[in-house]
Amino acid sequence: MAHEKVKKVVEEKPYGIVGQYSTPKDVYHAAENFRDAGFKNFEVYTPFPIHGMDQAMGIKPTKLPWIILLCGITGLTIGICLSTWASSETWLFGIEGGYKMIISGKPDGFDGIYEFIPVIFETTILLSAFGAVFGMIALNGLPKLYNPLFKHDPFVKVTDDGFFIAVECKDPLYDDKKVKEIFEKSGGTNVTEITD
Amino acid sequence: MSDTALDPFADNPKKRTALVQGGLNFGQVTEKVCNVIEGKFGRVWWMCLGVSLSMLGLLGISIGYLIWEGVGIWGVNNPVGWGWAIVNFVFWVGIGHAGTLISAILFLLRQNWRTGVNRFAEAMTLMAVACAGIFPGIHIGRVWAAYWMFPLPNQMGLWPNFRSPLLWDMFAVSTYATVSLLFWYVGLIPDLATARDRATSKIRKIVYGIFSLGWTGANRHWQSYERAYATLAALATPLVLSVHTIVSFDFAVANLPGWHTTIFPPYFVAGAVFSGFAMVISLLVPIRKIFGLEEIITMRHLENMNKIILATGTMVGYAYGMEFFIAWYSGVELETFAFVNRAFGSPFGWAYWIMVACNVITPQLFWFKKIRTSITMMFILSIFVNIGMWFERFVITMTLHRDFMPSSWAEYHPTFWDVSTFIGSWGLFLTLLLLFIRFVPMIAIAEVKIVMPESDPHHGEEH
Repeated sequence: MAHEKVKKVVEEKPYGIVGQYSTPKDVYHAAENFRDAGFKNFEVYTPFPIHGMDQAMGIKPTKLPWIILLCGITGLTIGICLSTWASSETWLFGIEGGYKMIISGKPDGFDGIYEFIPVIFETTILLSAFGAVFGMIALNGLPKLYNPLFKHDPFVKVTDDGFFIAVECKDPLYDDKKVKEIFEKSGGTNVTEITD
Repeated sequence: MSDTALDPFADNPKKRTALVQGGLNFGQVTEKVCNVIEGKFGRVWWMCLGVSLSMLGLLGISIGYLIWEGVGIWGVNNPVGWGWAIVNFVFWVGIGHAGTLISAILFLLRQNWRTGVNRFAEAMTLMAVACAGIFPGIHIGRVWAAYWMFPLPNQMGLWPNFRSPLLWDMFAVSTYATVSLLFWYVGLIPDLATARDRATSKIRKIVYGIFSLGWTGANRHWQSYERAYATLAALATPLVLSVHTIVSFDFAVANLPGWHTTIFPPYFVAGAVFSGFAMVISLLVPIRKIFGLEEIITMRHLENMNKIILATGTMVGYAYGMEFFIAWYSGVELETFAFVNRAFGSPFGWAYWIMVACNVITPQLFWFKKIRTSITMMFILSIFVNIGMWFERFVITMTLHRDFMPSSWAEYHPTFWDVSTFIGSWGLFLTLLLLFIRFVPMIAIAEVKIVMPESDPHHGEEH
């Protein structure tokens, strides 16, 4: 089979060990065990977010809010500049503006900023939303269509009712005996070594 | 089921009516929802698709003829320069508001029951906004110049007027459509991964695989994901209020008696939510039955939505009364005339009374628990609300037909093409709806699991 041949050519690196749990409670306490044993490069995989898991794993809060704030400020600036510049003859610092239109004698440029609030508001929201969605995707390293865990057959349950923990070999404390021991103690099943 | 007998309002959350009934576990929830998109769709689905595609074809023909011939094919005239196009636009945008209310505002208010219906309502938002988006594009007469609405200079370096409510509308509706799409998609990622992991055919694996971006449910991912979701909810909340506020500015900023009122923004927002929830009820009542989702979309969900219909319907009724009162109290003759004419003088008086009957009287029946929890009654009443809300926009627009000068008064008669375009927009809505039901998990699987008591890592422990 062609498939077999390819397998031989590509050298398989070990990736880590994965174990399965059947309830949120079990996986939660198992994560605490790994955290207390000092592991850093382990990850909990669940079908839905589990309340308090960040503390159980001992991970820091996400940086996403800062990305969103930055994008929101950018959107605000774009909205202000676009609306004031496009409607003034001379904009800030003597820059030539877009086109001054006098409608009902209403003020233009920065004097008319009250009338531009809807536009400014919408650009702020739009860019913040982009920041939230694309920032989340980028922070999560997605799209990542290949993942060594996908080769582990029971892992399809992760989006259904399976709860998994994977410990990567790159963890400084990684030792397959010790990892397997924690898995066994905490009630993990299907404990398997995975290759990349 | 015994679990429906529990009290939905008990102070102790453990004693409240369960949001997922029938004793389903995580796996069974996945199974129930995924069966809908994995099962074979029978003749009925294809027949429905055939009908809605024909209606969509009618939309294509109507728009094609409109572009060929011009807006003269519609019933618009002088002084009624705005006809069904604006009525339909506001109607569809309004429908969309329920989706954002459920997904964003109820999320911020920690209303857990939203998880059963939010995916469907958000999808409905997108479809409704797609329908709404057609009308501003085609009503301008010269469709090929539609890009003049965008903030771009023309060949003479002239920019659009940033003080115009129509330009605000363009920004608001396009932002709304984009953010709603992103919000919906973010919610979908984990469920598309579920569809990917359950897929048996290669095509499904690839397609769901691509759209789920390689989601694994890693906790570090959930961490950013939940933050992104909550932030989107917080952004969408003022956004949805701004959208219908700005839509109401299309009318309220005009110096026209009957339109130039400060009550318009809150009144439009309440009306939008009112009509949107009615549409959710009209669609979900048959769908939960057909696909056997009664254990996930329970009577508690439906009853809660009926309560929102009651609340917003009462606001709308109050707004009608207040408009009338202020028209009289202001002492402005033209303003008073506009309202008295609407109800008693105009040849469209019947439309006004349909509006009042459907929007003021109908929702009040939901005070009765029997009616609020009766599937048949809520379905019928929600249809009435939909009709009433369309007529509300019709009545508002028809204020135009008797303006300041009696010499310029005119009647308005919709033509075949007005009607066909509206029916066609339903074709677009229903086509998208049928495709959505067929290919996308219509219930937020991951989110429903969060509100099940078993999802708590301390479930069963004594605190």
